[in-house]
Amino acid sequence: METIFADRKEILEKALFLRDKEKFDFMMDLCGVDYLGCARERFEVVYHLFSSANNKRLRIKVKVPENNPEVQSVSSVWKAANWFERECFDLFGIKFSGHPDLKRILLFEEFVGHPLRKDYPIDKRQSIPTPVDLRKNNREGFWINFGPSHPATHGTFRLMLKLDGEKIEDAIPEIGYLHRCFEKEAEDHNYAQVIPYTDRLNYCSSLMNNVGYSMAVEKLMGIKIPERAKYIRVLISELSRIIDHLIAIGTNVVDMGGLTNYWYTFNVRELIYDWIEKICGARLTTNYTRIGGVMRDIPAETFKYIPWVLKKLDRAISDVTGLLVKNRIFLDRTRFIGAISAEDAASFGYTGPCLRAAGVAYDVRKAFPYYHYDEFDWDVPIGENGDTYDRIMVRFEEMRQSARIINQVLEKMPGGPIMTGDYRAALPPKASVYSTIEGLMNHFKLIMHGMTPPAGEVYSFTEGANGELGFYIVSDGGPKPYRIKVRPPCFAIYQAYPELIKGHMIADAVAVMGSLNVIAGELDR
Amino acid sequence: MGNNFLTTKLAEVVNWGRKNSLWPMPFATACCGIEFMGAVSSRFDISRFGAELVRFSPRQADLLLVMGTISYKEAPILKRIYEQMPSPKWVISMGACACSGGFYNNYSTLQGIDEIIPVDVYIPGCPPRPEQILQSIVKLQEKIVKENKL
Repeated sequence: METIFADRKEILEKALFLRDKEKFDFMMDLCGVDYLGCARERFEVVYHLFSSANNKRLRIKVKVPENNPEVQSVSSVWKAANWFERECFDLFGIKFSGHPDLKRILLFEEFVGHPLRKDYPIDKRQSIPTPVDLRKNNREGFWINFGPSHPATHGTFRLMLKLDGEKIEDAIPEIGYLHRCFEKEAEDHNYAQVIPYTDRLNYCSSLMNNVGYSMAVEKLMGIKIPERAKYIRVLISELSRIIDHLIAIGTNVVDMGGLTNYWYTFNVRELIYDWIEKICGARLTTNYTRIGGVMRDIPAETFKYIPWVLKKLDRAISDVTGLLVKNRIFLDRTRFIGAISAEDAASFGYTGPCLRAAGVAYDVRKAFPYYHYDEFDWDVPIGENGDTYDRIMVRFEEMRQSARIINQVLEKMPGGPIMTGDYRAALPPKASVYSTIEGLMNHFKLIMHGMTPPAGEVYSFTEGANGELGFYIVSDGGPKPYRIKVRPPCFAIYQAYPELIKGHMIADAVAVMGSLNVIAGELDR
Repeated sequence: MGNNFLTTKLAEVVNWGRKNSLWPMPFATACCGIEFMGAVSSRFDISRFGAELVRFSPRQADLLLVMGTISYKEAPILKRIYEQMPSPKWVISMGACACSGGFYNNYSTLQGIDEIIPVDVYIPGCPPRPEQILQSIVKLQEKIVKENKL
């Protein structure tokens, strides 16, 4: 990826130029890195930009000294930058001048220090905080507290809403209730041990997180994986996309009062979980991919079982859409509610079904194809209005497209190994471990020291269920990642939530939240 | 009167009623919550054990199901929810995170909810299977039957 350096006092000017002249309309990610003792300037802020017009990526790096860690804010250029900058401030203590509301986002105000700095010990605990009033000095009008313990907010999102009757006038969100320090934990484990942690990012589609992370490390190490492993990865990605959408739609419609659909969607989901259990032994937290391939081969019955499940899926989709598309209550509660325009969606860094519902046909699988996605025959569904209705309907159609891809994968599935033969990542065969010194040494090195990618950095991204799932990995050549930043699609999507619900009824807030399919594990990490 | 009455202790009748009509309040924060959805949906069907009537107001529930990682930010919320439930009340701690913090041993996660509220049944697993949730309900019912107070 092309990388440029910018001065911390000129980044705003540069950002404006890149957005207006070079057409970088998306800011995908912003993160900090702490090079304590390795570089002259301690911190670095890394921006990842994307231009949908030129289909081009760009990385900007800004060096920040330790004694005055201050950078110009770009939140006026891309709306997405607002929360990303707050997160960077929260975890690294880097200040962004010109930011409208620079305060902690994942942690709480009483927290002392910045946990992702290298000199903060991972297990240094602090006292339990007291929940705060989010309104601060703006107490006029009628405010209610919504969440975090509320069936629609799933125990992890909190909002304060200003109401006029049932109409929402203002909304202040608070996140961070499920911050379990994925990034700090990843720095504390070796590369292979990080895979189980990725399961728990978007836990509705763990397999896809496994694929995204493994792909990033493979890029970093320059490992090629066998063809069969690629096809298996496409198969598991598309199946978990289906599960994710089934859960999203099922629970979304439950929140609107339609319980029946939930049984239809969950029946198919259980059938897919039966298969997932056969490949890895677990239902939800799969830990299935390995760096260099997958853990074990898929069972032989897959080629009969999965097409049968897809028929059941097709039936379930037509049953559920049959209940919904002419349902007056459903239409009234979803059409033109919580709409976002294509420009706003780009500025907020939307990706995935929520962006496509707004009419932008951007899909990583088409724009930057990986694992033969360009060889399969499938379409990218888009919506018109970017409202709740479109988001739900795009998900329905995506499931049908995923089913199309899966059928082609099963047809074309090649034979051969499922793990790379590269002994930097894969354990050698047992016969060679017991009979040759090279095999024994490889085994010993990999077990005792783990894999050691060369020093460098990589930003690798895949199409997750909710959008672009990116992993930015910095390696210092050691057995543990120096820094891993996850680009969570939900983080960008949820940021626009207050804008989406303003002016609508309080009950719509629930329906809109469900249609965004925000997963706390990924949002708060 | 013949065979039209039976003699028992009042506590036993009350316990029998309580154990067969548990009203759970799901406090689902993370992955375990998704498996709870599996447990209440059609295949596993928690209503076979009389505990399908989930209440999202703690004031109407007598069983608190804590599912998922509890961070320090979340801890005061959980404690408040527990205090809002009327007695008698029971707590099931579902999954490794709620029981012990799981493999999240860091600055932000509580190392087990029993640091702040009492727990009756612990379910191991990351996440536990829906069958384990059903078993925990049965275990809790066994415990309720043995209780002596009204």
